Amino acid sequence: MTHTRLTRTQKLAIVVLALVAVASLGAGYLAPSSYSEQYRDAISAAPSGRFLLGTDELGRDRFARLLYGTRISLLLAPAAAFLSTLIAALIGGTAGYLGGRWERAVTAGIDLFLSLPWLFLLLTARALLPLNTSPVTSVMITFLLLGCLGWAMPARIIRAGTRTLVDSDYLVQARAGGISPLRLFWRHLLPNLRPILLAQFWVSIPVFILSEANLGLLGLGVSEPLPSWGAMLRELENYTAVLQNPWMLAPAGLLVAVVCCLQLLLRTEDRIPC
Amino acid sequence: MLLPMLLRQARRILLTALLGGLLGATLVRLGPGFGVDEREIDSRLNAQSLQAIRAEHARDNNIGLFYARYLSGIVHGDLGFSRSLNRPVSELLKERLPLTLGSLAYGVVGGISIGLVLALGSVWWWHAPGSDLVPAVLTGLTLALPAALIALVFLWMGAGGRWAIALVVFPHVYRYAKNLLVAAYHAPHVLAAEAKGLSPARVLFAHVFTPAAPQLAALAGISVSLAFGASIPIEVICDTPGVGQLAWKAALDRDLPLLVNITVLVTLMTLVVNACADMALARWRPAR
Repeated sequence: MTHTRLTRTQKLAIVVLALVAVASLGAGYLAPSSYSEQYRDAISAAPSGRFLLGTDELGRDRFARLLYGTRISLLLAPAAAFLSTLIAALIGGTAGYLGGRWERAVTAGIDLFLSLPWLFLLLTARALLPLNTSPVTSVMITFLLLGCLGWAMPARIIRAGTRTLVDSDYLVQARAGGISPLRLFWRHLLPNLRPILLAQFWVSIPVFILSEANLGLLGLGVSEPLPSWGAMLRELENYTAVLQNPWMLAPAGLLVAVVCCLQLLLRTEDRIPC
Repeated sequence: MLLPMLLRQARRILLTALLGGLLGATLVRLGPGFGVDEREIDSRLNAQSLQAIRAEHARDNNIGLFYARYLSGIVHGDLGFSRSLNRPVSELLKERLPLTLGSLAYGVVGGISIGLVLALGSVWWWHAPGSDLVPAVLTGLTLALPAALIALVFLWMGAGGRWAIALVVFPHVYRYAKNLLVAAYHAPHVLAAEAKGLSPARVLFAHVFTPAAPQLAALAGISVSLAFGASIPIEVICDTPGVGQLAWKAALDRDLPLLVNITVLVTLMTLVVNACADMALARWRPAR
């Protein structure tokens, strides 16, 4: 495994991400109120010592909602990325390992799946499931869907990686030495696949964060009163309110900052987008 | 060489249509409200009338027949009936597709043009320090923005949604094209051309851009897929009555016949564009 030195910008990105993660995990300490508490005496209030980012039209503390929303996005996007990488490893890894007809069939399936535009697929799958659910269920549905549907691109890369490993000299030698398939998989294949799996895991996180934001803005993501970046961006549809209260842009700014930091850390410029 | 490729692409598209149709039919069957007729709750109907209404839906209970009828309907242009909008799906698509295709054409052509111009600029000023900074920051920022947010910004500025699609497409084009052109720039024949004293413009366009052009053509297929995906939030936010907005409405109303047919149609269109790009690539690329 090769280790690359981090540039100064990448180190800065790590610091920013760490600060955001710590702030979101410590939301209970940093934010004085709950994300759902409504202060009827301070509806659409401007930022103050009491409400750092003001309140929304229901009188809820925007700063608290931002921190809790960040926690949801930052915890569940990696969970969805883990799920999609796991599915991709199972499908792509098995296809690459078995080769032949299996590999051709799985590759055709992956290509077919990739030809489905991502948001259309997401919308269709989301519509198949109940829309009027509890907020917690809506969070689970949103991120499970992302995890279950986002496997195709990683699977293609993992399949290719597995195929290269299976054809490599040391694995041919191990097979010739009479090693059992299970041992071959655990001792030789999986450790060498780890960098590819990790890369796919990290690459999926910003994709899922942005997808959740798109779904949230379309009203098909996390249900109220639970906050998420997507749900908080819906406020921005009111242009006049944004002009009068520019701090409403804070969720958008944080989202862009986090995704930019993740991209800076990844720096996979030669990848063709899916 | 072109005929086998054409046949292979046609087979792929046909297979997708068949699988998409079957998947669509399955989703429609599994979807909420399948086989339920709201007329059944009319208290004025007697037992015989209710039985007659149920008999109308009884044929749908046979899975094989249902699939066969669904696929035959697709072949004959009958894409089913939208329950939420109370109109045939084909009629709705006929109305909205031209608008979306128009926006997509603008968006894809605009996105590819902006991406290519920026990539060529980056390669042109390759040796200048910081030449890549502005495009890199621009693409990094746009890649970090959800399409819906880009649409909101365009809505605030009073600009059309079609340009928002261009903004979604261009960073992907720029990154891929730049990497490709930089790699082509480091080829030995480019060094030889520079050593012979050819002008920088001639080197860039004749010896860097032209050899990379077939691979750049492959971007068309990817861009169309990206643009279709972006059309949903953009049309919803900008209130454009296109296919993307229709898909969103269908999702909110859980109108699966409509949503599934739109998805299959969009997939087929993406596949056709990809096939065209692949064939253009094969024709363009010199025989080895």
